[in-house]
Amino acid sequence: MARKLPAKDVVIVGLGWTGSILANELTDEGLDVVAIERGPWRDTATNYAPNYAQDELRYRIRHELFLRPAQTTFSFRNKQSETALPIRTWGAFMPPNGVGGGGVHWNAETWRFLPSDFVLRTHLTQRYGARFLPADTTIQDWGLTYEELEPHYDRFEYLCGTSGTAGNLQGRIQEGGNPFEGPRSRPYPNPAQQQPFGATLFAKAARELGYKPFPQPSGNMSQAYRNPLGVRLGPCTYCGFCEWFGCANYSKASPQTTVLPVLMRKGNFQVRDNSEVTRINLDPSGKRATGVTFVDTSGNEWEQPAELVILAAYTIFNVQLLLLSKIGTPYDPQANRGVIGRNFTHQTISDCTSFFDRTKFAFNPFIASGAIGMCIDEFNGDNFDHGPHGFVGGGYMGQVQTNGRPIETTPVPPEIPRWGAQWKQAVRDNYQSALKPGTGVHGSMYSYRDVYVDLDPTYRDRLGRPLARITMDFHENELKQNRFLTDKFAEIYTAMGAQRVVKQYRKAPYDITQYQTTHLCGGAVMGSDPRTSALNRYLQSWDVPNLFVMGATAFPQNAGYNPTGTLAALAYWSAAAIRSSYLKNPGPLVHA
Amino acid sequence: MTLRRRDLLTGTAVALVAERLAHAEVLSGKLPWRPDAATPPTAVKPGPWEFFAAAEARAIEAAVDRLIPPDPQTPGGKDAGCAVFIDRQLAGGYGHHEGLYNLPPFHDGIEQQGPQAAQGPADMYRAALAALDRYCRAQSYSGQTGRAFAELTAETQDEILRGLESKTVKLDGVDGKKFFEQLLKDTMQGFFADPLYGGNRNMCSWKMIGFPGARYDYRDWVARHNERYPHPPVSIGGRADWTPA
Amino acid sequence: MPEGLRQLATAVTAGLLATACAARLAVADNLPSEQDFAQVERGRYLTTVADCAACHTDSGAGGAFGGGKPIETPFGKVLSANITPDRDTGIGDWTDAQFDAAVRRGETPDGERLYPAMPFPYYTRMTLADVLAIRAYLNTLPPIHHVVHSNQLPFPFDIRAGMRLWDALYFEPGPFKPDPGKSSAWNRGAYLVRGAGHCAACHTPKTSLGGDLTHQRLQGYSLQGWFAPDITGDMALGLGRWSVEDVVAYLKNGHNRFAAASGPMAEEVADSSSKMTDADLHAVAVFLKDQPGAATSGKPLGARDPQMVAGAAIYRDLCSACHQEDGTGVAYLIPNLAQASSVASRQPTSLLRVVIHGAQTVATAGEPTAPAMPAYGWQLTDAQIAAVTTYVRNSWGHAAPATSPGEAHKARTLKSGAG
Repeated sequence: MARKLPAKDVVIVGLGWTGSILANELTDEGLDVVAIERGPWRDTATNYAPNYAQDELRYRIRHELFLRPAQTTFSFRNKQSETALPIRTWGAFMPPNGVGGGGVHWNAETWRFLPSDFVLRTHLTQRYGARFLPADTTIQDWGLTYEELEPHYDRFEYLCGTSGTAGNLQGRIQEGGNPFEGPRSRPYPNPAQQQPFGATLFAKAARELGYKPFPQPSGNMSQAYRNPLGVRLGPCTYCGFCEWFGCANYSKASPQTTVLPVLMRKGNFQVRDNSEVTRINLDPSGKRATGVTFVDTSGNEWEQPAELVILAAYTIFNVQLLLLSKIGTPYDPQANRGVIGRNFTHQTISDCTSFFDRTKFAFNPFIASGAIGMCIDEFNGDNFDHGPHGFVGGGYMGQVQTNGRPIETTPVPPEIPRWGAQWKQAVRDNYQSALKPGTGVHGSMYSYRDVYVDLDPTYRDRLGRPLARITMDFHENELKQNRFLTDKFAEIYTAMGAQRVVKQYRKAPYDITQYQTTHLCGGAVMGSDPRTSALNRYLQSWDVPNLFVMGATAFPQNAGYNPTGTLAALAYWSAAAIRSSYLKNPGPLVHA
Repeated sequence: MTLRRRDLLTGTAVALVAERLAHAEVLSGKLPWRPDAATPPTAVKPGPWEFFAAAEARAIEAAVDRLIPPDPQTPGGKDAGCAVFIDRQLAGGYGHHEGLYNLPPFHDGIEQQGPQAAQGPADMYRAALAALDRYCRAQSYSGQTGRAFAELTAETQDEILRGLESKTVKLDGVDGKKFFEQLLKDTMQGFFADPLYGGNRNMCSWKMIGFPGARYDYRDWVARHNERYPHPPVSIGGRADWTPA
Repeated sequence: MPEGLRQLATAVTAGLLATACAARLAVADNLPSEQDFAQVERGRYLTTVADCAACHTDSGAGGAFGGGKPIETPFGKVLSANITPDRDTGIGDWTDAQFDAAVRRGETPDGERLYPAMPFPYYTRMTLADVLAIRAYLNTLPPIHHVVHSNQLPFPFDIRAGMRLWDALYFEPGPFKPDPGKSSAWNRGAYLVRGAGHCAACHTPKTSLGGDLTHQRLQGYSLQGWFAPDITGDMALGLGRWSVEDVVAYLKNGHNRFAAASGPMAEEVADSSSKMTDADLHAVAVFLKDQPGAATSGKPLGARDPQMVAGAAIYRDLCSACHQEDGTGVAYLIPNLAQASSVASRQPTSLLRVVIHGAQTVATAGEPTAPAMPAYGWQLTDAQIAAVTTYVRNSWGHAAPATSPGEAHKARTLKSGAG
């Protein structure tokens, strides 16, 4: 029997990026806010200190900062005709856990989506005609425009001290930046990071091929920074232990290094750690949330009543909670009805490994940050004419190598045996003179009818709840996109003077064992039409007006960029609507 | 109370400050902090095998020395401590799939659905090494009859390993290919991980490739393009230079 | 105490009592509606400056100013008194004269001596008007019924009469006398530092009986497992390298471009100096920087000393990613070891504590980040801790005696007090 706690104005499920942003915004409004976080409290000096954070085995290979599948996991199948099996150990993506969420151990690659990404179906239909779109695609417009979101992108970038070179300042294209980006109102708060040899060489070759390379926008500080909340960050030291790891010297933007010091001092904010929300509770009408139920580590159930519920967990957990709480109509792929679980996407990633003359090249691959790199955006979104190519979508590509950590990154040519004397010599010969960016081609994945999330009929978590079930496979559109992009990518390495470039195309079937970024998106998407979206343009649930759902869950399809910048901008956008409209007059903000 | 470094490094005192992680707390008012709060790694202590029986250890030492053979510049898997690494990993949580999703039902799926075995690596090694031993003793390799894996010549050992890898060598009751892949992965991890974990003795693999280890500040080097970083590697466990002469 | 002195003391006391009575008549008798708002407000401010709450507010049962907090002295523990206006268990039935006698002369209404855990040897420098303002403010607090038996000292220190000898040796009663040759800011600073601020209680070295070593005022003192550093204007060991603005920023926000407050000073900043006016902080800074230091000049240990060699290796591998190779840190985030004179303090207590156990710096409205130093005690041996401490204390212009492994070992035992 759940024990009832004193009511709060707001309960936030999950204290990651969006939870922290919403908590800070709503406590500024004077509301009494509690955040309930499944994982433990985390902080720099006590959990990832500079005398043991640099442990590849512990953090990169054994994923110690991440969710333990024993706590909860998902099941997976490629096709509806198959039986889904549990993901017993992480591979394709790594769900976060703990205060700070993915913001603790992300790369800090901080991109904006393109203006056309937000009106994708309209844009592509206008340009190429409806018949050009892939069969069974469910891509749709978001219900808001880049222009509306721009001030909120700006806000997040200044919160984080994002280091970059602007490419488009109020419509004027800037040398050295991304010429394809949407107009930004002002420059980045910090100059771009310094770039190591490999990235610089890539940029030079790209320029010679006629592209416009630019530094990847980075949430690793290029210099000491004080953000608008008064919180200070230090300069990044290019340690090469960034993604998968916590930053030990306060130089990577995270909730801990940008928001929590201010948030935790507020008398009207509390966080409960090690507490897992199991359900959003509704009143008898089913149209109003009354709060959430959660369990502590002893298994005791508690009820936290609240006037306003913000669901701010990782994508797929948001979707699972909506399904378990019976909010919204679950998606039925056969009938093509329902919205919860629909429009679920990941990313289309591939790579090139290139080998250079070891007597002439020394790359020091271990000198890197999580968002280092020089990129080109010519092949992202609809930045180029897709007509001759027969696919839609694209991605940025770049020499974005974040590490030279040896368990992960000791490239050898593919014909070398995987062990033995030859292998050993090849590792020795190539470590300093090979380049392996990792997620070198970062392509979009558009949404399809047969890629979705629902609840597994067989497998349950430790609390007896059905696991979320992922049905996902690649479609020919993305595979074509990837072949095209990877070929272009490889050309640049050849132009750099590589003796050998090995392409690693993304191939079907979608494989849960190979890491392809943690950019799961969708499942409860935003839009203008309640028949094809779960949320309105303010991330407010169409079904339960006092419930807002944050995160990449809202993306109707994924673009060719990392999602954090956009989901954080949406959090600010939603918070602004809550503060200026919802609180004055609680109820639906949009009447469909 | 006095906390000795040795105890802390070897895990006995980690429980002291890790206990706060296990309980739900309500946090408010300030950033939580306590003195001595840290989650340091648990260093491997040299000593007797904790998982392998003597004969198993001999087989593993021989195997890792073929997977990563010694050469004049760099030790092989055995002297690098890869067998010790694997031994300690199997004796710990890794060996029994701690933290993974281990609930039934267990079905073999398609490859892209990932590993589905109920059995953890520890059980697999035990069964596989027994099967490998039976296999070797039953074979006859140019005059080597009835020998354990460790007693065979290096060439023969390589032949068997290649056979496991290509599925031409079959072990009874055990998937030889799966075992080989597990062994290869564990050996490589032991070779390249921080020496704290028992392998990569004296940072030999890091010295081999020029990886500086646990260093944390390269600001002076980012812009030094095409200039090989010259400084020796450092482990989380420190180096001899830390102790005054 | 000699008879003549006793007579003088009596006379002085009588005179003061008379004045106090007169003053009391001018201030109404515990009736909030008749108390002067300005006086109460000034009293509230001075209570913050004097940081009465630090001792008189226990986070447990006592409530605001309800006393009962254990105060460690070199001779044992005393519990702070209940100074709420409760008539039975607080000071509600004390006259203003009795209150003043306690605060500025260490006397209780029944004639007992207070232990100098109550810093009356410093509060004695305050004016009567200021003490009465504090009284007026305390009178506005909710009375809390909380019985406290303050004297918890072991025999023979529990004999309060023994304080008479201590007072004879160390207590110089009387309000602060301004120096006409100094600026008004200096005099205000002196008044605050020597009086309500009672900085010397922590920052002045003490005799074995716990009295101030008056020829070494504010030159640093070891207590509660920390070394409260030299806060004179000394270049090597004090505030000589800091500007007046640096000192103000430190006291106001807990952080300046060089250093950050942690441990007991973090509490002081959070509860007291962060709430003082900029003018008062400026005055304190002016005064402190004008105080004479020890003016010692030491020679740093040579780079080839085995401890220096080992310490340099540890520093490069473990410390430089935050504190930089040249010790300059990151302004307002990572302390500048090169410019932090406290690094080369007479005793390495603070440095050892911070290295072994870690430390969290204070969060204030002006500087909320509160970065923390991680703990290294689990990772380094006594010899290694001693080596890196010696290295830091003898680099970048600092010179200090070498730290021994034995000192490092002793510092592993964490004494009570703030983290």
